[in-house]
Amino acid sequence: MDYLDQLESQSVYVLREAFNRIEKLAMLWSLGKDSNVMIWLARKAFFGHVPFPTMHIDTGRKFPEMYAFRDRYAKEWNLNFIRENCPPVEETDPTLPPAARSAARKTLGLRTAIAKHGFTGIIAGIRRDEEAVRAKERYFSPRGDSGQWDFRDQPPEFWDHFNTDLPPGTHLRVHPLLHWTEIDIWRYTEREKIPCVPLYFAKNGKRYRSLGDADITFPFDSSATTIPEIIAELEATRTPERAGRAMDRETEDAFERLRADGYM
Amino acid sequence: MSSKSKSRAAREQLRIVIVGHVDHGKSTLVGRLFHDTGSLPEGKYEAIKAMCERRGMPFEWAFLMDSFQSERDQGITIDTSQIWFKTRKRDYVIIDAPGHREFIKNMITGASSAEAAMLLIDAGHGIQQQSRLHGFLLNLLGIRQVAVVVNKMDLVDYSAHRFAEIRQQYTHYLGGLGVTPDYFIPISARDGDNMAERSARMEWYQGPTVVEALDSFHPTARPTDQPLRLPIQDVYKFDDRRIVVGRIESGRLSVGDRLMFSPSNKTARVSSIESWSTPSKPVEAQAGQSVGVMLDEQLFLERGEIASHETDAPIETNVFRGRLFWLGHEALKVGDSYELKLMTRSTPVTVQKIERVFDAEDLSERAAVDVPRHGVADVILRSRGLLALDEGRDMARSGRFALSDGHNIVAGGVVSMEGYPDQRELVTMKGRNIKRVAHGVAVDARTARNGHMGGVLWFTGLSGAGKSTIAMAVEQELFVRGYQTYVLDGDNVRHGLNANLGFSPEDRAENIRRIGEVAALFADAGMIAITAFISPYRADRQRAREAAKGAFHEIYVEADVATCESRDPKGLYKKARSGEIAEFTGVSAPYEPPEAAELVVDTKKLSVADSVRKVLDYIDRHIALKGPAKTR
Repeated sequence: MDYLDQLESQSVYVLREAFNRIEKLAMLWSLGKDSNVMIWLARKAFFGHVPFPTMHIDTGRKFPEMYAFRDRYAKEWNLNFIRENCPPVEETDPTLPPAARSAARKTLGLRTAIAKHGFTGIIAGIRRDEEAVRAKERYFSPRGDSGQWDFRDQPPEFWDHFNTDLPPGTHLRVHPLLHWTEIDIWRYTEREKIPCVPLYFAKNGKRYRSLGDADITFPFDSSATTIPEIIAELEATRTPERAGRAMDRETEDAFERLRADGYM
Repeated sequence: MSSKSKSRAAREQLRIVIVGHVDHGKSTLVGRLFHDTGSLPEGKYEAIKAMCERRGMPFEWAFLMDSFQSERDQGITIDTSQIWFKTRKRDYVIIDAPGHREFIKNMITGASSAEAAMLLIDAGHGIQQQSRLHGFLLNLLGIRQVAVVVNKMDLVDYSAHRFAEIRQQYTHYLGGLGVTPDYFIPISARDGDNMAERSARMEWYQGPTVVEALDSFHPTARPTDQPLRLPIQDVYKFDDRRIVVGRIESGRLSVGDRLMFSPSNKTARVSSIESWSTPSKPVEAQAGQSVGVMLDEQLFLERGEIASHETDAPIETNVFRGRLFWLGHEALKVGDSYELKLMTRSTPVTVQKIERVFDAEDLSERAAVDVPRHGVADVILRSRGLLALDEGRDMARSGRFALSDGHNIVAGGVVSMEGYPDQRELVTMKGRNIKRVAHGVAVDARTARNGHMGGVLWFTGLSGAGKSTIAMAVEQELFVRGYQTYVLDGDNVRHGLNANLGFSPEDRAENIRRIGEVAALFADAGMIAITAFISPYRADRQRAREAAKGAFHEIYVEADVATCESRDPKGLYKKARSGEIAEFTGVSAPYEPPEAAELVVDTKKLSVADSVRKVLDYIDRHIALKGPAKTR
């Protein structure tokens, strides 16, 4: 077993626990590199099948390349695909800074989708190394009745015993990629030949490292046109992955407030 | 794949947790480690600086991991965090664990996945409450590689004397747990002394720096050479395949292996190992792998069963001792019920006994009726059905468990089976083609001829409680009355029927099982069988009860250990106290009193004659047909 096999095995274990313990489960598909790996891992766990819906919470502002990717692979991977809309920015918390308000549309869209379908478990592809607030997450994270995260009093989680019994009206977030790093994702994508949106590869000297809404996500200078080149670039850089995501750092606690309210 | 990326993939990774008392500088150590090894993300230093200026405070390394606003505002780590970093030698996952008493559950969450630990002690304040408790918990969590880091040496003028003092005290404490730390390192995390570079201010110190100590630790080897344990997670039927899935927690398996599933004791052969999108179909798998197997027989299997090979199968029992840490808000009490999580099994258990509660301050033990929040204790847990498990000291996964209160996990612990038998042999039906033959003589006919029903009078109680004395007197009296009766005791059973059994917990349990079956045959033959054995385990007596069907009468001959010891007719207690006899019930092995005996005879209060009379009264009312107070 090499290092990637170990990462894969742990994620498969988490996905199988979620499928066994949670009644109404859905997987979030943001169309980015992480959630593509997550779908791939689900097919590993369930022998080619994805036995629950994959859901895109659509802000309507993604890049055209992302929509093209979605339409193609929802079919090719034989997904039970659900698309849900986000409400307009006017309905978000007006005290949040502008880019964070834009991101908060996704929180509201997700909340509505959970209520509409009666989901009791949402699988999300967040990783600890992405962002310091996410670094404190659990594999199975209980959420309040409107999706909020009580991060000051998280339940204990050890020896892969997960808290899976939850009070009515609440739901669980499941994070099978929590222990992966950005480089791990690329190494695994390369090894398994998992398709990804072409925006990750350099075009005219620029590429995207993390994909969000087109209006609040920015590319950076890069010449990496293949996955091995991306990996070489990441090994050398000290720039954080989400540096191109405006919403993370408008104020010191902007991202924490987003997550406490139910953002992924 | 480029050669460069290959070199990174081949690097090993080590998971290390930083623990210690609140304010002793754990988060600071991590921040400084990142800075000194050039691992800080771009812009992070500036961002932290800005956060500190906004609060009008000096630069605070802890803000690297204290990502919650409330953590920064209060200057305290609330929840555990993980961050990646690398030295020249290898990659690390650094786990920061909170040191405040309130957040022990988060400390355990973080530390439980670590392979090695750094335990910080403030040079000025010295060893504090959580320094001890964290050392204690690391040992319970099975973390054997420990470096003790004495921080804030700048506040004690880099005193070699103060360092030696803390080293001596803490070595003594850990010694009580049987733990020997790998290193003691004097540092000043804030200024970087002995972190990545050797400190010029502590030339008296010759040992490794923090980075050197980290690099000397070893990753935990996957237990591929231990017995196979594959807990069943689920059974899938998405297509025409029926696939049994789970993660191999230890050992290996190959296509063609015969697997035994515990506790159902079913067996089947592995016909294939299934996978999706792999270069070739696997023919073997090992510890750490999440697998799916198909079997040559369509067994009905449920989540929670454990697959092993037929040799080296796990222990089967419905009672075990757990050394646990208690995280519940309310104290743990005898009689409480919780959901046991044992690998993939979830089943209710009841707290039968709290044997001892440990004081992490001085490692003393005391008897107690409850376990307070954050307490560590040895408790006896009992389930209704059989569990399959292992000794915690041998097997990392199958010997560890958690308890849940229905919503949240409230405890974690390590299994110890000392003094409790493996019940596997007692419940496994080896003969598979045995059919019962109906008797020509009806039960009623036997009862009518004898004038009484058949039955088993099962005496249980401590050695010296008076079981044999009462049993012999009752037999004598019944015989005089014309009853068909016989006493089974150690003398007539151990020499023949059970001559091949010794005194190990397993042999003792088998001894009782055979006596239960023989007594049941006596009862079926219309006789009153009287047994006089300590029979300390409820599970054993329950099996005897089931063997005798409705004809079982449990008689608890009650007297406490002190009373029995003062009688000590055979001098056995004396030998047990001196260690001459090991695992002696009531002294060094448990006695589980009956919960609902048909009759209790308290020999501390009653004379032998009164005790015998009480038993005879019971027989008159429940077994005799023409007794003075016949009820049915």
